[in-house]
Amino acid sequence: MSTLTLAVRNSSTMLRRNLLHARRYPSLTLNLLLTPIMLLLLFVYIFGDTMSAGIGGGGADRSAYIAFIVPGLVLMTIGSTTVGTAVSVSNDMSEGIVARFRTMPIHRGSVITGHVIGSVLQSVISVVLVGGVAAAIGFRSTDATVLEWLAAFALVALFATALTWIAVGMGLISPNAEAASNNALPLIFLPLISSTFVPIDAMPGWFQPIAEYQPFTPAIETLRGLLLGTEIGHNGWLALGWCLALCALGYFWSKSVFNRESK
Amino acid sequence: MPSSVMPTTTSGAGPQAPAAVSAANLRKSYGAKTVLDGIDLRIPAGSVFALLGPNGAGKTTTVQILSTLISADGGQAQVAGHDLATAPQAVRGAIGVTGQFSAVDGLITGEENMLLMADLHLLPRREGKRIAAELLERFGLTEAAKKPASTYSGGMKRRLDIAMTLVGSPRVIFLDEPTTGLDPRSRHNMWQIIRELVTGGVTVFLTTQYLTEADELADRIAVLHDGRIAAEGTAEELKRLVPGGHVRLRFTDPDAYRDAATALPGGTGDDDSLTLQIPSDGSQRDLRSVLDRLDGAGIEADELTVHTPDLDDVFFALTGGAGVPAQTDRTGQSDATKETVR
Repeated sequence: MSTLTLAVRNSSTMLRRNLLHARRYPSLTLNLLLTPIMLLLLFVYIFGDTMSAGIGGGGADRSAYIAFIVPGLVLMTIGSTTVGTAVSVSNDMSEGIVARFRTMPIHRGSVITGHVIGSVLQSVISVVLVGGVAAAIGFRSTDATVLEWLAAFALVALFATALTWIAVGMGLISPNAEAASNNALPLIFLPLISSTFVPIDAMPGWFQPIAEYQPFTPAIETLRGLLLGTEIGHNGWLALGWCLALCALGYFWSKSVFNRESK
Repeated sequence: MPSSVMPTTTSGAGPQAPAAVSAANLRKSYGAKTVLDGIDLRIPAGSVFALLGPNGAGKTTTVQILSTLISADGGQAQVAGHDLATAPQAVRGAIGVTGQFSAVDGLITGEENMLLMADLHLLPRREGKRIAAELLERFGLTEAAKKPASTYSGGMKRRLDIAMTLVGSPRVIFLDEPTTGLDPRSRHNMWQIIRELVTGGVTVFLTTQYLTEADELADRIAVLHDGRIAAEGTAEELKRLVPGGHVRLRFTDPDAYRDAATALPGGTGDDDSLTLQIPSDGSQRDLRSVLDRLDGAGIEADELTVHTPDLDDVFFALTGGAGVPAQTDRTGQSDATKETVR
């Protein structure tokens, strides 16, 4: 049997294992899903009037603000879901079962591959759920073509893959679940200081470059452009660059940590 | 693959059976701490080998190296004819490992754990199900099969662990302290399981800190101490290594104690506890001569116990090493736990 066949078969077994975990114990995933949904409702219904007054030169109504924050919250959902990935990877590594896997004639990377694919699938499902809530409270794409919808979907999947790889690395270096969820905090924190809730140019001048070039903002701006027809500009390339860079970084990081000898 | 087995230890076990595990000069250190300082092993196929040692002696490290979890700093080893360094994946295909800490997935059921193993071993679905059901039955887990493994008792987890190890039909099984933390009944169950494994032609490499366990199960025993094999042989061979047999006499009257010490000049006395220890092989004749001399001097001991050498003596003689404090400590301990007149 070729290495590739072995890798595919073992990885799909590991994926099934992770999906089984997620199905048996959905509370972690659901809790993490709650954050973006709560924020969506909070910012729309509680702060909505004030917030919407601050965008589009003032006087925008609530539905304009819903449209403004949904792309950011969609990506925040991914950040939030991948915190769960870091926690479950860390949990898994502290179990004896992974030591068993290492002594079996299986494809070594399949444990990690299973986590990554499982997590990306969970992210996508979470995004669909948050998107459903957004649609229910009035979010509508103004002018997206089929191609733009496809591009938006691809961006979500790619962004989820990138954050997942980073989260896997964070999970691998964390000695326990608490440490993993602390280490993964930037994945929740970064969207708060992006263009999710307020436009970049409403932020203090010294802070704008940080907010503008961190991974979330270009992806948010690209998603906005695809769904709402706003200007994408160089953000498309920046988002793509960030995603690929994070994927590569997370992949090699995870690989080197996982292959490092235990103890 | 041709196995270039090195005759590392001159094994006295009859005709040279093919080695299931052989190792030469295995070394491993973590920073400045040397854990394994040159280990040589040769384990004939189809036998049970016990690696005996106190905590921190390097037992787990040895298992981790031989099961490809970590690599040795020096030396070489073959498992099931495959070289650890050059063909680790072939080694993995031939071994099964049950570690000190249970290697089951607690979040899924016992049955799902078994099917996970079957899938990873690329067994066809139906065959995987059949083997899983068979093994669950064999290890008394059929009833618990649909419950999450995290709800299992320690003994059940260990049984599931071994059942999972057997899914891949390994030829060499490593059991790292398989009974540590188990209650007596589960321990005896586990012993029975291990004995049955060997009847199927499997080689078992066992680590334990229990001397009785090694005595019960192993064909050959190696005592690991400070990263070296301090002794190796059958339980009987090891017991012959140490002259641990003695008769102990305890007195309450200091005068009687002094008289006895004079009457039995070969003994060593402990003036504080008024006990006298006389080397003896425990034979009837030997005992009679001791008693005759006591009678002749008109002395009556308050307590007499006969101690025949067992693996404990071997173990402490080999690993206690450094001298008197350990020695007195040891006698004190065995007083409390295992003084029986045999």
